[in-house]
Amino acid sequence: MSEGDRYPAKLSKLLRRISAAGTRAERIQTLIDLSKQYREVPQRIATRPYSKDHEVPGCESKVYMFTEDKGDGTLEFHFAVENPHGISARALAVILAGTLSGAPLAEVAAVSTDLVYDLFGQDLSMGKSMGLQGMVQMVARAAQRGAGAVADGGLGQSARSMSS
Amino acid sequence: MTDIAARGYTDPSVLVSTDWVADNLANPDVRIVESNEDPLLYPSSHIPGAAEVDWTRDLNQPVLRDYLEKEAFEALMVRIGVTPETTVVFYGDKNNWWATYAFWIFQLFGHSNAKIMDGGRLKWELEGRPMTDELPSFGPTSYLAPKRNDSKIRAFRDRVIDHMMANGKLVDVRSPEEYSGERLHMPDYPNEGALRGGHIPGAVSVPWARAINPENGTFKPADELSEIYVQQQGLKPDEEVIAYCRIGERSSHTWFVLTYLLGFSKVRNYDGSWTEWGNLVGAPIEK
Repeated sequence: MSEGDRYPAKLSKLLRRISAAGTRAERIQTLIDLSKQYREVPQRIATRPYSKDHEVPGCESKVYMFTEDKGDGTLEFHFAVENPHGISARALAVILAGTLSGAPLAEVAAVSTDLVYDLFGQDLSMGKSMGLQGMVQMVARAAQRGAGAVADGGLGQSARSMSS
Repeated sequence: MTDIAARGYTDPSVLVSTDWVADNLANPDVRIVESNEDPLLYPSSHIPGAAEVDWTRDLNQPVLRDYLEKEAFEALMVRIGVTPETTVVFYGDKNNWWATYAFWIFQLFGHSNAKIMDGGRLKWELEGRPMTDELPSFGPTSYLAPKRNDSKIRAFRDRVIDHMMANGKLVDVRSPEEYSGERLHMPDYPNEGALRGGHIPGAVSVPWARAINPENGTFKPADELSEIYVQQQGLKPDEEVIAYCRIGERSSHTWFVLTYLLGFSKVRNYDGSWTEWGNLVGAPIEK
């Protein structure tokens, strides 16, 4: 994470791309395009019905998060967005998984919920904000736990226990 | 699901079917309006020709916690190509939760020529009907709105306090967990935007979505709605009822059900709702 950046490098780069969109409509289109890159959680990671332990709290789009040990002291993040109308949740899932997977865990753990407003602007309902912020917090907390596990000598077991 | 007219509603004319909307897509006297919670949903796809009314940008004031004023409402009507004679048909995500919210605010300005598409976006999509991402444009219109009238269908805090003290009927349409004051979320996760949990003393709990058939988002028939609100909760159509939730969006759905589908004559929506009451110093709370 470079000095002055509040987010890990890939996420910062994506945010700059989204910020470069001149109008709100262009920013929204960028987010819609990202949402179309959403892919279901691989079956090797989890299968339906997903465990409540992995459900993002406060998210009405029924989002589940899973982690996978990448073997290099970092995590791969996977999301299941079960609401077909949850386009914002899908966009955020693509962004979080695509930019934070493989990033240093300490940097991921420091990602704040401000990210939601940096991406989507202020035009969000309280419920929608809470749900999207819940996704960010769940990733940060998983990274925090992962970082703790690395410090204790191994990420593998911790990551496996997080992905039932 | 039976035809709307056969479901026993007090005012079935306030609902239209997806078939009706499909038949009226090119009707210049009809404006289809999508209103969602998710700001990406309408731009990604919508019913061809539908306008968008976004509750944060279009219906709320940007600084004051209140709804738009007459001038802003008139400007909105012009932007979406609506005249006072236009039939406005709302639909949206979340079982029309946000559509009924927009509908309710339109009623504050007396645009009574308004309807809800039964089943909302869910039913339209389930039926495989056409969607587009093409943004419509509308010819110039003029709209002279009356001053917003909050007196009939909107409740403010003082009225709610008086109503509660008089043992008036209150309906809490939030989830049972919100009603009981349990934490919905894990510690350190976002809370409900209120410092205290629970409900307004005397309020009955009827989660808003009980009025809906979850498989296709349509409203339940009148006899089933009556069972929920009248038989089970003792609400009476001729008594004053105040509905509330967190900010007044979900309770606008219940307001719609009680007013139009069950014929309650004095229903108000308390849009201050729990984000006001649960933060109000000294306000009584029941758990």
